[in-house]
Amino acid sequence: MLGLAADRLRADTNRLLAFLFHQGILDEQFLQLQQLEDETSPNFVSEVVNIYFHESEKLLRNLRSLLMDKEFSDYNKMGIHLNQFMGSSSSIGAKRIRNVCVAFRAASEQNNRAGCLRALELLEHEYCFLKNKLHELFQIQQQRALAAAVRYPMQN
Amino acid sequence: MARDGGVTWRRTEKIDRFNLSAADTAEELHVLAVDDSLVDRKVIERLLRISSCKVTAVDSGIRALQFLGLDEEKNSNGFNDLKVDLIITDYCMPGMTGYELLKKVKESSVFREIPVVIMSSENVLARIDRCLEEGAEDFIVKPVKLSDVKRIKDYTTREFRVGEEERTRKGINKRKQRDSFDLSSSSPPSILSSSPVSSSSSSPESQSPSPSPPSIPSASSAPSSPSPIDSHSPTRRVKTTSSE
Repeated sequence: MLGLAADRLRADTNRLLAFLFHQGILDEQFLQLQQLEDETSPNFVSEVVNIYFHESEKLLRNLRSLLMDKEFSDYNKMGIHLNQFMGSSSSIGAKRIRNVCVAFRAASEQNNRAGCLRALELLEHEYCFLKNKLHELFQIQQQRALAAAVRYPMQN
Repeated sequence: MARDGGVTWRRTEKIDRFNLSAADTAEELHVLAVDDSLVDRKVIERLLRISSCKVTAVDSGIRALQFLGLDEEKNSNGFNDLKVDLIITDYCMPGMTGYELLKKVKESSVFREIPVVIMSSENVLARIDRCLEEGAEDFIVKPVKLSDVKRIKDYTTREFRVGEEERTRKGINKRKQRDSFDLSSSSPPSILSSSPVSSSSSSPESQSPSPSPPSIPSASSAPSSPSPIDSHSPTRRVKTTSSE
């Protein structure tokens, strides 16, 4: 029954979101973004998040190549990348990522290369995890939209 | 709805706004948003559009000046059609910072009356003070929320009606009122009587209405002071739903 599928999908969405909030992976800013979606802008969250993913991957690559450089010394430059990453993460509600950036920045300010490397690894891990979870969320939402379209074909 | 002084003030303010001439209410505010981060530009753009503002978003201070017609020392009369009602800019940007942009705008005889709001992810007191001293209308700590946009829209509209001599006074009033009313800003539809120290599931109706202003247990005790003294500064939203 399509009705039950829609209910199940909604429950899945809620369970995933509850998990992400409970684990401190996302914070209320993500909810704020969801509130900005409406009929005129139905995919706002996924659009912004995809921009965030694109930018984040660039930043992570930059950070890694900076740290992998044997002659690395430009902590200033690293700080700039980190500030960008921190800013965009906080704008979409990626709380845990933002917190790792804060720790990373502290290590960077102390010119602590080993600490920076550890932070970068943690950052890459957190980012991967978030990306997977949000993709999962968007997939469920796509399925819900499809289920609604099938169920109420005349509405389109 | 609670009937304390705070809500009444706001309601009066809303009714007051409806009494504006048709021309005023029909015209949307045109906001120039400046931020080097694409993510943040998308978010601020959406926040402004959903608040019925026209938005022009640019990625640098230089482009902002170009849009205003300020940087080329040309006569800016040609840009009158693109009248900007408010500038909202990030502080930390490569090239020209938001602070430098603020100074350029305030130095211009044509544009100095445009309110400028600074956004920053860092809640640094010295930075806030510097911006306010240079004439910034407000300082928003990121991430920017709908309640922030609603707030700056409110006083932008009011300024047109009241005139700029009162601007300084309004600035102090804004801060005072924001202390009183900002407690519920983390959830836009919430009622002011919800206590700031209770959990997020507090139901507004269960609070006994207090006479104005509502009790502010955690906010600063000097609401009219333009210099915030701690993390509960007027320019930082006092979060009612603390997850930690």
